[in-house]
Amino acid sequence: MSTPTNPFAAKPGRSRATEKVILTVFRFATYFILLCGLIVFTNIIWKGLPTVTNAFKTTDTFPYVTNTFLFEAPQSLYVFEHDGKKMEMGDKDYRAFRAAEEAKATAAGLPAPKFKADSYVYSAGGIWPCIVGTVLLVVGSMSIALFLGVCSAIYLNEYAKDGPIVRFIRLAILNLAGVPSIVFGLFGFGMFVIFFGWNVSLISGWFTLAFMVLPVVITASEESLKAVPKGFREGSLALGATKWQTIRKNVLPYALPGILTSSILGIARVAGETAPIMFTAAYVVRDKLPWDVEKAGDFFFQGVMALPYHIYVVSSKIPQNEYTSRVQYGTAFVFLGIVALIATASIIFRNKLRSRYQW
Amino acid sequence: MVTASTLSKAAPMDTPSATPASRSFQVPSRTTDKDQADTLIEIENFDFYYGTKQALFDINLKLDDKRVTAFIGPSGCGKSTLLRCLNRMNDLIDGTSVKRGSVKIRDVDINGRDVDSIELRKRVGMVFQKSNPFPKSIYENVVYGLRIQGETNKAKLDEVVEKSLRGAALWDEVKDRLHESGLGLSGGQQQRLCIARTIAVSPEVILMDEPCSALDPIATAKVEELIHELKKDFTIIIVTHSMQQAARCSDKTAFFYMGKLIEYADTRTIFMNPGNPQTEAYVSGRFG
Repeated sequence: MSTPTNPFAAKPGRSRATEKVILTVFRFATYFILLCGLIVFTNIIWKGLPTVTNAFKTTDTFPYVTNTFLFEAPQSLYVFEHDGKKMEMGDKDYRAFRAAEEAKATAAGLPAPKFKADSYVYSAGGIWPCIVGTVLLVVGSMSIALFLGVCSAIYLNEYAKDGPIVRFIRLAILNLAGVPSIVFGLFGFGMFVIFFGWNVSLISGWFTLAFMVLPVVITASEESLKAVPKGFREGSLALGATKWQTIRKNVLPYALPGILTSSILGIARVAGETAPIMFTAAYVVRDKLPWDVEKAGDFFFQGVMALPYHIYVVSSKIPQNEYTSRVQYGTAFVFLGIVALIATASIIFRNKLRSRYQW
Repeated sequence: MVTASTLSKAAPMDTPSATPASRSFQVPSRTTDKDQADTLIEIENFDFYYGTKQALFDINLKLDDKRVTAFIGPSGCGKSTLLRCLNRMNDLIDGTSVKRGSVKIRDVDINGRDVDSIELRKRVGMVFQKSNPFPKSIYENVVYGLRIQGETNKAKLDEVVEKSLRGAALWDEVKDRLHESGLGLSGGQQQRLCIARTIAVSPEVILMDEPCSALDPIATAKVEELIHELKKDFTIIIVTHSMQQAARCSDKTAFFYMGKLIEYADTRTIFMNPGNPQTEAYVSGRFG
């Protein structure tokens, strides 16, 4: 007779084709995202890296080298012709150069040379005040958010009895996470800047940004607290520990890595948001550095420059020309670098904690 | 299953007696040098609720000082609930309440207004079903209870660690790695570490909630041996699903069913000559 039929043979039909199509779609989607990411990062690094690398300059004092883009305040760029050469200079250099030339001419008994320069705002100098401002905003707002968020997560998870009130609070927190950042900005403006009279200041920005990331911090902290086995709490309480002793010694340390993970996401968000700080904390330009204050108390009540807001300003609030892209991409590059740096530091710290407590 | 014959092989009785008249609340002479035990814990007309669901019905029980009492019964019969009432661990569960009756330890009602559950738990320690060493070193596990009481004297702590680990028959196995994680120990060692941690705060009573249910027979034997040793210094109440275990290591046994105390007597009596047909059915393996 014939060979026995194979009961496991694939049946012709659509199912196999569907599988293939679906797989292709999923794969394509994934690689497409990867491609987008690569393009964005390569673009920023490609255009932004030269801004930083070209700005190294030797100095007379220790450490004999500096980077004008990283460690100077923004300046206007002056472009002019002198002795038939096209010169580009920052504000300060231009004035010094002009004074020197005039002095030279006077000494030689010649009429003062005429300078006719085009100026381009923010296209020279660097972004040091923005870096300082961003770091201050991130550190301050994350401290507030972590303190409030962890306290509230401990209350909700360890102390509060589950009931309609707690469920309502959780719902409210989740809703808070969905509020657009510009609304937080407006809230911060109304609440801190106007009602509390803090003006446009660091402290207004801190609280506004903190409120913005609080839902993320609370939700993630609660999850990490829930992940700590119940046996640790019972074991500790059965030894005569109070609730707070139990939480402090035997719950919180093990939840900390998880809480930090969430706050790493929070850092990226706080550092990157423009909308909340444009009402509450950010100045377009400010040469003075934040620690340059008369009274220590003034520190909290001064506006600062910030990297995301600076990108916004130099990209859309000044006339665009061939000199602006240097600052735009340079700022974006430095900004990415700083966020990556803070996130890496937090991840290393978290992993250290995690390896210390494992179960 | 445990029958009278296997039981007598496992734990030979000195005076096997089948007459109901000899069934009384006497302490077996095989276990202690002291004939008469004092009552330490007195449970009277005790009703306990989870929310609106009644879990314990009118429990009356007197537990002896420096003896081992076993609670047996099928799952959900309330034996663990009663155990957790003795150091008020049930306070941690939302909606639990004592509706009637009292638990008195040394004549003090532990549910009374002036009793602090924290102080109570220092006197009444607990070992859990699932061994739960903290993810700290063995040393830190043992001194945890003392540290939270504010003890910082290194010499004192060292002394307590050695004493407790010796007390829990663990010292020889771990003395060279006191500062390694307690989670690196085997299951049986972890459970003994939990016992060491409990005796480090020198409680009067140790409650054990199925301490051997996750252990292999050899580790179980070690823990049972340990229970036998601990009896000299502590009052032990053990909840167990294993009737062999109850028979092997307890002086008295209480049988629970559906939230009620069915029978409470000498272990010997419960297993050899139970007074209640339900008890007899359970210990002979006909249900449960």
